[in-house]
Amino acid sequence: MEIFIQQIINGLTTGSVYALVALGYTMVYGVIQLINFAHGEVVMIGAMVAFSVITALAGTAAPLPPAAILLAGVAAAIPACMAIGYLLERIAYRPLRHAPRLAPLITAIGMSIILQHLALLVWSRNPMAFPQIVDNPVFTIGGAAITGVQIAIILLSVVLMAALTWFVYRTRFGIAIRATAENVHVASLMGVDANRVIAATFVIAAALAAVAGVMVGTYYGITHYTMGFMLGLKAFSAAVLGGIGNLAGAMLGGILLGLVEALGAGYIGDLTDICKWPLMKEAVAERCAADGHLILMGSNYQDVFAFLVLIAVLVFRPSGLLGERVSERA
Amino acid sequence: MSASAPILEVRDLHVSYGSIAAVKGISFEVATGETVCLIGANGAGKTTTLKALARLLPAHGTLHFDGHSLLHRPAHELIGAGMTLVPEGRGIFARLTVAENLDMGAYCRSDRAGIDADRDRVFGLLPRLKERARQVAGTLSGGEQQMLAIGRALMSRPRLLLLDEPSMGLAPMMVQKVFEVIRSVAAQGVTILLVEQNARLALSVASRGYVMESGGITLSDSAPALLANPGVREAYLGE
Repeated sequence: MEIFIQQIINGLTTGSVYALVALGYTMVYGVIQLINFAHGEVVMIGAMVAFSVITALAGTAAPLPPAAILLAGVAAAIPACMAIGYLLERIAYRPLRHAPRLAPLITAIGMSIILQHLALLVWSRNPMAFPQIVDNPVFTIGGAAITGVQIAIILLSVVLMAALTWFVYRTRFGIAIRATAENVHVASLMGVDANRVIAATFVIAAALAAVAGVMVGTYYGITHYTMGFMLGLKAFSAAVLGGIGNLAGAMLGGILLGLVEALGAGYIGDLTDICKWPLMKEAVAERCAADGHLILMGSNYQDVFAFLVLIAVLVFRPSGLLGERVSERA
Repeated sequence: MSASAPILEVRDLHVSYGSIAAVKGISFEVATGETVCLIGANGAGKTTTLKALARLLPAHGTLHFDGHSLLHRPAHELIGAGMTLVPEGRGIFARLTVAENLDMGAYCRSDRAGIDADRDRVFGLLPRLKERARQVAGTLSGGEQQMLAIGRALMSRPRLLLLDEPSMGLAPMMVQKVFEVIRSVAAQGVTILLVEQNARLALSVASRGYVMESGGITLSDSAPALLANPGVREAYLGE
């Protein structure tokens, strides 16, 4: 039971981060039907910028309070990522707006590679320790541990998702974003400047990515120029799981994917312990005698689950959990 | 012809899809306050003409709205200038609520009080929309969607309303209702350019009409004269 609760806590934490990143994929897709494969790299840049700012501020002779330093890291990462999101759209995607869909997709992969290598040049090819400057108290719930950082990540994600939902459903510009996502031509007839809406979508997505980047850095305590790649793919899987283009879907998909991954990682060792399989007991008795375990797949198979989920969704419900059936637009 | 100056003046308008010329140098005008229709068969270039006016298609020629050239202005600036298109197929935002659709019509305006007044005016004209204000627009019937599209356009307080095939895909009774609405909008003083395949209906609300045929205007006259014209009667009124 402790393992179960522990993995739920861990899953909610990573799931919150996936949800924030998945929102970026799904918003951009919703408006221009592009999978922005460079989005994971925006998360990485966010973590890197925060890393630099926090390291610099914490290293001064009379450092600021830790919370202020962390905030400064976030405050620097957000505009940096917003600028990158804006430039991506402006330089890489806008010229291809009316090109065949494969062209912007390949460009997105290209931008992902470029951003990774820019980060390699600016920062380092080696993993860097993300400064752990804030106190990280551990609380106990039902025998499982939850850290202050985990609580902060979950709460902040909820606040950001609520704010985004409010913005998209309750403000004039948010309604314009949804209208543009539905029909860009008619939206322009209503006076909506599609370029502005599309740019804004990239910028908002990037701001969420920046926060997610700082969360990842703080949670895992490490940053690396390739960290955005796997995270991006997983968040993309989460967006597909929820139904790409659907905001609530991205949030749900992110949380679910985090839970599936955490529970999978928590139990796969037990499930693949041959010593516990009745039929196999005899055959491996000798090897089980040593320490009672013969585990085929350990928690290092964690990454597999996201992609198993992605494959299952694509096979059984391509429109995702909350997605509508995709229909051709006239 | 009306004495007031034309609010819309089109001279030698050419529109092509790639190498195929769809509109071949047409000229027409609409005076402030009048209702003018463009009638013609499927493929005559009527919708293409309206799309060119709304800047959804590149075009050549002279396009003057209210004395200013439209040719190089982006589509999203026209509604603010006072010209609003109700597109063919209605083009409502199916996933937005009825109220949100109407708000989109007023996207370019910031006069809160005026917007509220116009919303009440639209609800007065189209009471069904008021009942369904909180409903997602995709759940409306075809006729209600057409009403919503017109109501949404009215929210921009247009000086020229372009209507593209408002009868398309509607049951005959609904078509009558939509045209009643168009009549009352015209009676409120909105200038209307109506594109319609249903020539009899179009000529019943318009004061003047132009007949389009394979990308050109072949005839232009007052509505009663067109209704009486033997060629029009044979080709477009099914007699």
